Amino acid sequence: MATDESETKRLSMIVTKGSLDWAYPPFILATTAAAMGLEVTMFFTFYGLSLLKKNLDLSISTLGNPAMSMPMMGAHMKMPNLIAALPGIDRMSTAMMQNLMKKKGIASIEELREAAIESDVQMIACQMTMDLFEFKREDLIDGPILGGAATYIETATQSDINLFI
Amino acid sequence: MPDHVLDARRLNCPLPILRAKKALKEIAVGETLEIHATDPGSVKDFEAFCRATGNELVDSSSANGEFHFHIRRVK
Repeated sequence: MATDESETKRLSMIVTKGSLDWAYPPFILATTAAAMGLEVTMFFTFYGLSLLKKNLDLSISTLGNPAMSMPMMGAHMKMPNLIAALPGIDRMSTAMMQNLMKKKGIASIEELREAAIESDVQMIACQMTMDLFEFKREDLIDGPILGGAATYIETATQSDINLFI
Repeated sequence: MPDHVLDARRLNCPLPILRAKKALKEIAVGETLEIHATDPGSVKDFEAFCRATGNELVDSSSANGEFHFHIRRVK
């Protein structure tokens, strides 16, 4: 940690997506930046807010994702939308993705979120999204503060890097 | 010889960096830590990590699909 406040670099992020695959970029970047000595702020809004829930139940969908190509028995598989729309396919794809991640030594989102908290990443939960989706404060983990757009903008003006994910 | 060794094999990005950061915090300034990793991306990542944090990458080597990073805690 730099002792001189002005030397410390800052990263801020707006986290808007809450599916299993989209949960990775913000948490990977936040934990890595914190490990590299940056002060990090994450602002969770819309679907991203669900990443702060106590019980994470994250899933992926192959529907409408033409770039998603999963390794399978030495080849790669793409799911046609007609099949991806069937009941149970999202659950199956999620299980496949989770198995792959485990096999490849990729951290779970729970693990990365824990690491982010341990390294003092500041988390802001969007108050408007809380109202919109009827989340209660006790649905979320301890730690995040509640705030709005102005809270984020103030942080962003003081940051060296601002990301929208 | 390093003062401490960290086994980060079979861990994927960003875990080798996160574990290394944690381990470096626990050793004394001036001591060295050797990280063993299998993630090929960690070669560039440990160079960047050391530049950003001011720690010294004493030596970096690879053999048989394993990468060794010898880092001295500077501050």
